This record gives sequence, C-alpha cells and structure tokens, in this order.
Amino acid sequence: MIEALFSILIFPGFLFVSIFGLIAEYIDRKLYARLQNRVGPPWFQTFADFIKLLGKEDIVPCDATVRMFNSAPLFALTAATATFLYIPIWKAQNIFSFNGDIIMILYLLTIPTLAFFIGGWYSTSLFSRIGSVRGVTQLFAYEVPLFMAILSAALLADTWSLKEMMLFYTRHPAYCLFNLAGFAVSLVALLGKLEKAPFDIPEAETEIVAGAFTEYSGKRLALLKLTLDIEMVAGSALLVAVFFPFSLMFYPALGFVVFIIEVLAVIALLALLRTVVARLRIDQMIDFCWKYLVPFALFQLLLNIILKGVLYR
Amino acid sequence: MHNSDKFKIPVGPQHPALKEPESFSLALKGEKIMGVDIRLGYNHRGIEKACEERTYIQDIYLIERICGICSHSHSTCFIQAVEEIAGVSVPKRALYIRTLIAELERIHSHLLWLGVAGHEIGFDTLLMYSWRDREIVMDILALLTGNRVNYGINTIGGVRRDISEEEKQEILKGINILEERTKYYIEVATEETTIIKRLSGVGVLNYDDTLRLDAVGPTARASGVQRDVRKDDPYAAYSEMDFNVITDNHGDVYGRTVVRVKELMESYQIVRQCIKNMPDGPIVVKVPRKIPAGEALSRYEAPRGEDVHYVKSNGTEKPERVKVRAPTLANIQAVKHMLKDRYLADMPIVVAAIDPCFSCTDRLIAVKNSNNKNNHTMTWEALHAYSIAWYKARGIDFAGLNKNLKKRLEGS
Repeated sequence: MIEALFSILIFPGFLFVSIFGLIAEYIDRKLYARLQNRVGPPWFQTFADFIKLLGKEDIVPCDATVRMFNSAPLFALTAATATFLYIPIWKAQNIFSFNGDIIMILYLLTIPTLAFFIGGWYSTSLFSRIGSVRGVTQLFAYEVPLFMAILSAALLADTWSLKEMMLFYTRHPAYCLFNLAGFAVSLVALLGKLEKAPFDIPEAETEIVAGAFTEYSGKRLALLKLTLDIEMVAGSALLVAVFFPFSLMFYPALGFVVFIIEVLAVIALLALLRTVVARLRIDQMIDFCWKYLVPFALFQLLLNIILKGVLYR
Repeated sequence: MHNSDKFKIPVGPQHPALKEPESFSLALKGEKIMGVDIRLGYNHRGIEKACEERTYIQDIYLIERICGICSHSHSTCFIQAVEEIAGVSVPKRALYIRTLIAELERIHSHLLWLGVAGHEIGFDTLLMYSWRDREIVMDILALLTGNRVNYGINTIGGVRRDISEEEKQEILKGINILEERTKYYIEVATEETTIIKRLSGVGVLNYDDTLRLDAVGPTARASGVQRDVRKDDPYAAYSEMDFNVITDNHGDVYGRTVVRVKELMESYQIVRQCIKNMPDGPIVVKVPRKIPAGEALSRYEAPRGEDVHYVKSNGTEKPERVKVRAPTLANIQAVKHMLKDRYLADMPIVVAAIDPCFSCTDRLIAVKNSNNKNNHTMTWEALHAYSIAWYKARGIDFAGLNKNLKKRLEGS
C-alpha cells in the first residue's frame, strides 16, 4: 500500500515526472533555441515560469461552464501522469503491469487531448473553440498510424504487455532494427500528439492566439503547461520502451541512466524535427497522415506479420 | 455558433498575427473564410495636419516617422516634391547617397519581411535566421547615418552626411556576406516542402485583378505586372543604375516571396554600383527657408510599393498641404480579394504578404450621413467646449486642470 502510494505520488509518479517534464522542456527549448542561433533560456526558466504562473490571477470567463473549465486541466494532468506509471523504467517488476497495459497506455495518452478539447470548448471563446475542434480533428489523423506502429512492435513480441514486450526485445536486441519504420512513424505522430511544429495547428498563435488554452490563466494554465511537458516525457518514454528497450539489460542504476538518456535523445529528435519545418494547414496535415504515415505504418504491420511467421517457425 | 453554420471571428485590433492594430473581421464557415471586413483607422496620428503646422525642415523629421521601416522612403519622397517646387538641383553625390541608403533600406525591409512571413506560417527558424542576418545591414545603416531606423540623412537640397572610403569598404564587406546568405534563403524558400505547401496557391491575385485593384510593389510584380517606379519614372540616381525589375507569374504568396528574395539580389548590385560610381563633389546645396508657391507630386518605389507624396506650398516656410499615399493603402483592397474562399490558416500569411504597414496607411475617416439632420461640422473650439462639457457631465472637470497644475508646480 505504502509502496503503491510512493510510486504514484513520488517516484516514478507525480513528483518525479513533473520535475523530469520541466527539465525535458528546458532541454527542448534550449536545443530549439541553439538550433535557431539563439541563446535560449537559463536552466531554471521552466521552473520559474511554472511557479510564476501558479501565483498569477486565475480568470474564468463569464460565459464558461465553470465545472468543465476547471476540471479539464486536472483530468489532463492525471491522465498524463498515470501514463508514465505504466512504463517500466529499469526493472521488469512494475507493480501496475498487466497483460494489455499497452492498450491502456495509448488510451491514457489520448485523454489529455480530449481534456484540452473539453476545456477549450467550454471556455466559449471563439479562438478556443476553433483550437479545440482542430485538436480533435488532428487526433483522428495521427492516432491511427501511432497505434498501428506501436502495436505492430507488440505483434512481433507476441504479447499485449509492455513488460513482456521489453523483456522480449531485451532477449533479442537485433529485432529492434525491424521496427525502425514504425519508430519513424510514431515519432512524427508524436509531434502531432504534442502539438509541435509542423502539427502545432491547434495552437497556431498567429491564427487562433493559443487555441484551446486562450482563456486559461494562472494555476490552470500552469497545470496545462505541466501536462504538455509530462505528455512529452511520457510519449517519448513510450517510444523508448517500445522501440529501444535497452535499459533492462543493465543493472538498475545504470539502466535508469540509460533510460533517461534515451528519452532525452527522443526529445532532442523532436526538437530537431520542429526546427526545420513550417506549420501545415489542418487539411494538409490530415492528407499527410493518411497518405504517408498510414501506409508506412501498414508496411510495418505487414512486415511484422511476415517476420513473425518466419521467426517463430 | 450553435445556431448558424457561419460565425464571425475577430482578427484584430489586438491579435498575435498583427504587429499593428487593425481590424479584420472574418466570417467563417468551419475553417473556410466566407467574407472579410477590413476596418482601418486604429493608428491614425494626424501627421498630414501636423506637417502644415511645421516648417519644411521640421517636416522632414516628422515625415520620416510615418513608418519605422521605410522611413527613408517617405522622407525622400517628400523632399523630392519640395525640391521640385523650389527648383533646386541636388548635387549628384547626394543623389547617389540617397540611392545607397534607399537600397540598404530595401534590403533591411525585405529581410524583415522574410522573417515575418516565416513566423506567420509557423516557421520560426526562418525568422531567427533572417533577422540575425538583417543585423548586418542594420549595422551598416547605423555606421552611415548614426541610426538603425529613422536615418535622418535627408535634408532639402541634399544629404546631411558624407560617406568615407572606409565606410564604403565596410558596406561591401557586409553586402558580400548578405549575398551568400540570400542565396541560401532563395534555396530554402524555393525547395523546402512545408514552406511551398503553405505558400503556393495561397492568396492568388491574377494579372487583371492586380490592375483592377491597383496593387503596387512586390504584390503587383508577383502577378506579372511590370511596375516599378525606379524604372518607370527614375528618381535619385536610379537612371544611372543597371538593374532588372523582378517579376513572377505565380501571382500567389509564393510568387511574392520569390520576388522579394530576388529583389534582394538586385539591391546588392545597385549598392555595389552606387559605391563604385559615386562621383565627388558637394553633398548639399543651400535652399532658402521659404519655398515659393506651387505644388508637386512625387513618386518613390518604397520596399512595399509605390509611395506618393503631394506637397502644396504657399510661399511661406510652412507647407499648405501635404498628402501621403502609402503603398499599403493601394494593396489593402487586394487583401480582401485574396482571402476569398481561403482557409483561416492562410489569413496571417496573406495579410503579411503585402507587407502591410498600417500606421503609414491610417487616415481619419469621416462618415457623412446626408439623411441625418443632426449632421454638422464642428469647429475646433466647439469640439473643445463639447469635450469639456462631456466630461463635466460625468463628474470629471478638466477646465481648471492647467491652472491647478501650474499652482502645484509653483508650490513645490
């Protein structure tokens, strides 16, 4: 009981993932800035931003449905944090692990997007509404290739449990190479999930101010920003756990370090990708996802089905 | 939004896409723009009227502040009109220096535009890169004139600062770096997939519409209209310069980008020619403070398009009337046409593609309703008295304000 509470609230739960999220945001921002030939923020900037926002005035629009407006950030934060709990970091004996948890993780990762939609919709601002509708429209485009890419990796491992999957790939590290197409697809899809360029359409600042977040301020905005950071960490950690689960090969402490480095590498890749592209339009984004990402994901699925037949014979 | 499938979204007067206050009211159906309502006038500063209250020399500095980016354009345009009325022949060296500054200003303006365009389509890396390189030309301008913007180099009858040999070398050095960088930008703008996706086919203005709506500058040239005051009606030293008028047949935002980046290359050539062929001699001739009665119209190719100034003098040291037609006013009608049936996401880049300068454009618009019997013109005194009465009725008394202030100042 105490161990469960500890892992939910402190490690690897809320406290750890919040701090890791803020550090990851700093690395993302710093790298983005350096790639653009800027200086970038100092190391404490993300923490300072968070604390500053907590102290700011919290405004609720007159027309907003208060209960929905207030609860959306909490739902989003909870779901994003819970995702991280289900990802085995350096030991296979994760207390929450069960067969089918990979579906659960993908499901939990979808909740923040829906919570943003609800929060944006019920804040009644036109900009928020357009932003939240765009967010959900985008969801239907990147979710399918993301699911297919991740589940095809599970298919090869022949299990629905992330723990079993990681153990399988630890036994056969070379099999990770088969999933590279899937990794590329999920990396691009993750950009859509995290609403980063070229898929930052739901919060395109030059069109719709801040999208679903337009009316949020103070503590709620701080929670939403933290949610985005945790989502980034959890999404990257999921990619690492599915495609490059090398942390289980090492002793716990070293495995932990390897895991963190791998997650940061994925975040660096995301920063690099968003540096070199312009924002797409929503119709172009959906075209891109269905015309290019989905066929790639299907190819991965087909490849893994064939491989499974060849390897298990 | 629940009841009808069309809803209005306000872009401006305050909006992240706009650098200056202006109101665009978009009627949307989903993501599609069904209609646009443009309202100007949020940035009116009464500069034309203020010019009539000041001498010609003072006006130069006021006119220069019409626009922060094309300050040299406005002041040169104004001065050309004044010099025409006064019948002054400006020394050749001064004309060359004016041309040099004008082209450096064009370089700085186009690089600035490239960055803004990048930002509007969510490509901040382009913004950071082009603005970093823009610093080079800003430094050159600061070296030559002492200021990064509002150079204050013009004066009636010539220019105020000469250019030394060392400064010429500095300019050439900077221009060489910029030329390399611009080649890279041409590559980026014409080859990067996401940029092309966002720019091509957006905000199309065909040849006939361009003529009908009277677009000017790069906006017109991107639709294949060969319209450039520097060639059509050469002023300053442009008649002695060898350069091409860049046109493009795309007619969309992509075409406007291509025209601007290619114009940068032409500008580098003009700057080099200016430096190479700059004649020796005086840089200014003395012009009497009082300008003889007369009127003149002056045209100038600002970075954003054709700038027109009209000056009427009455023989005193103050002009009787100054009228400014900034390029944005000519282009703003085209925006409405370009936005038709486009997506909301295209709106920022379409507006940015004419390189709008709203503070240059804004005029006071008096709406006269002939059916209204209460419609009457107020004198300045009547308006003043009315405003005092209006505030008094609301419990605020300004009548004794100056007196009270004086008393307090004397007391302290």
